[in-house]
Amino acid sequence: MTPIDFVISLALISVAAGVLGSLIGLGGGVVIVPVLTLLYHVDIRLAIGASIVSVIATSSGAATAYVRERMTNLRAGMFLEIATTTGAVSGAYLTTLLPTRFLFVFFGLVLGYSSFATFRRRHTDKPLTVSKDRIANYFNLHGSYYDPAEQREIPYKVVGTKPGLSLMYVAGLVSALLGIGSGALKVPAMDSAMHLPMKVSSATSNFMIGVTAAASAGVYFVRGQIDPIIAAPVAIGVLVGATFGARVLGRVTSKTVRLVFVIVLVVISIEMLQKGIFP
Amino acid sequence: MTDMHEPTGTPKPSAGEEPDLSAYGLGGSGHRRHLTPEEAAEMEKKVRQVELAISLVLRIGVVVSVAVIAVGLVLMFAHHSAYLPISGHFSFHKLTAQSTPFPHSFSALGSSISHLQGRGIIVLGVLILILTPILRVAVGVISFLYEEDIPMALITLYVLAVLIGSFFLAGA
Repeated sequence: MTPIDFVISLALISVAAGVLGSLIGLGGGVVIVPVLTLLYHVDIRLAIGASIVSVIATSSGAATAYVRERMTNLRAGMFLEIATTTGAVSGAYLTTLLPTRFLFVFFGLVLGYSSFATFRRRHTDKPLTVSKDRIANYFNLHGSYYDPAEQREIPYKVVGTKPGLSLMYVAGLVSALLGIGSGALKVPAMDSAMHLPMKVSSATSNFMIGVTAAASAGVYFVRGQIDPIIAAPVAIGVLVGATFGARVLGRVTSKTVRLVFVIVLVVISIEMLQKGIFP
Repeated sequence: MTDMHEPTGTPKPSAGEEPDLSAYGLGGSGHRRHLTPEEAAEMEKKVRQVELAISLVLRIGVVVSVAVIAVGLVLMFAHHSAYLPISGHFSFHKLTAQSTPFPHSFSALGSSISHLQGRGIIVLGVLILILTPILRVAVGVISFLYEEDIPMALITLYVLAVLIGSFFLAGA
């Protein structure tokens, strides 16, 4: 495979990664890392660097369409970023202290459970109309969005800010420790613990993963993990895909988004368990 | 007793929180919901303007970074005709191996760009892309100030500080 074949084929795969990532709020890393390591036999360090680029590309590409459609809850996202960025920075200092294999097994199980919890909520996905959560009320984290699939404005209330913040701290920590997209923990935290509607959880996670990834991007750049010949097709492909995926999110139902998310989460969970048990 | 608020203050969020969250006192954003319809409409308009501003910032960042990366790719292939054939013996692995040099410090990046090397220009485009979320948070600080929402502005400022701090911690 010559360099031009590599660049063109990787850009096309990245378009698909961008569509999927922006639809479910996970970032393109879920697709990019296995594709680069298994299909192209690229070094894992460079694959993780490319994954960070793809996460930011998903986030920014999708956001240009999302914010206009007002699905992202910017207030809740910014509020929860306190915990995620703090987690990401503290995780950078814990990397050498914790056994990675144990972490992979542990979070493989955690994600397995959260895929189950997300799946179980598929019939009880009614937005809340009251909230007694004092933090959510104080910062007015509640919101409403226009759902083109249901053709109506859907108001919702937010609860569970404390468990939400704790989970977001863990999400930031894990993404720094294991180099996995923290969206896998962010979406269940917003969906199950804070009762944000599924589409809002996905769109808000999309906003947040970009900010979290930017917090560790400096480290990856200095360590020389961002290789331009890999990053260029990934960035352009994912940006194109994410812009498209963001428009798809409006049209599909919340249930579809939920089911796609659960399937991807199961795959990630198996992948992590495998890395922990048979490294 | 009509307009009394509980004197208990805000309960502290559990993990990873900003230390002085509870010190903001009363007058937080939660009180917005008691505005008159005209004031609420005015606030809605402001929020909409903020959302459009953030959207515009992102759009510009994304378009500029794609353009710069594309120019870098074209230059890279133009300078190295060996990369261009669709079939042949030249494998891309020569370019993705550990030993292949590419700029990963600001000084190396500067000299690479000044020599109009494709790789350096691609890295510049990627760095512009990395900046877009940071820029988005910065616009968030300004827009929450514009909405006169001090608690949210402080939260956003904290996130921005951690983001900028992380770049310095990395030694970039």
